[in-house]
Amino acid sequence: MTSPGGHSPDRRTFLLAAACTTVAGPGAAGQDRPPPAEDFDAALKRIIGEAKPVQGKLTIEVPEIAENGNTVPYTLSLDSPMTEQDHVKAMHILATANPRPEIASFELTPASGRAKVASRMRLARSQDVVAVAELSDGRFVIARRPVKVTIGGCGG
Amino acid sequence: MTTKPRVKIPETAKVGEIIEVRTLINHVMETGLRRDRDGKPVPRHIINSFTASYAGKTVFKATLHPATSANPFLQFYMRVPGPGEFTFAWVDDAGATITETVKLNVE
Repeated sequence: MTSPGGHSPDRRTFLLAAACTTVAGPGAAGQDRPPPAEDFDAALKRIIGEAKPVQGKLTIEVPEIAENGNTVPYTLSLDSPMTEQDHVKAMHILATANPRPEIASFELTPASGRAKVASRMRLARSQDVVAVAELSDGRFVIARRPVKVTIGGCGG
Repeated sequence: MTTKPRVKIPETAKVGEIIEVRTLINHVMETGLRRDRDGKPVPRHIINSFTASYAGKTVFKATLHPATSANPFLQFYMRVPGPGEFTFAWVDDAGATITETVKLNVE
């Protein structure tokens, strides 16, 4: 298993040199601006609808300072019995200031046994990441953590 | 699509045990936001979904977006229901699928 961020130096230099800027749309100069807040709000709404998510049980493990925004490791976990009657159906992770907010969504089943998922994300700049868990009873749980990014990665 | 995916599961497991599964596949996960050295946009090309099934039942699914890092790494869990085989499938934007099957030794 490669270590996180295990690109060769040549490839990494190329990726950084390839100017990770937003593709210019009409009228835009291709500058690297933070995206509108509506994008994140809209993405969150697509997940939770009109529901009011609760806080407290969902944990985001993420480095306080990410050396390389191209590969920031994270773990989402929620202490759930994962029975048919009481389990986590899905977990989502979003970025508040990437070019696009969605990072990944995960669907779990009682067969998962544990509501815990780990992966790696791209963060374009220092920002908060937000995780949402959907429970089998229809409730949503939300959590938020700030991540400082020293070298931004193309957040997609 | 790419080179053979790597999967890590325990050597053996007991029925009822919760095991950890780690998967890794090489893929550039091109975001669609980069420009090449001539300034031309590099088109998006990512693995956008992953499914893990065990003994014929879906256990875990992931929908990946461009903000998922290159060489997507996924770690998740399963409560062992009995003997069986894992099937893992990665699908990219063009619909190309890579599958990997691994037997779990259940004692």
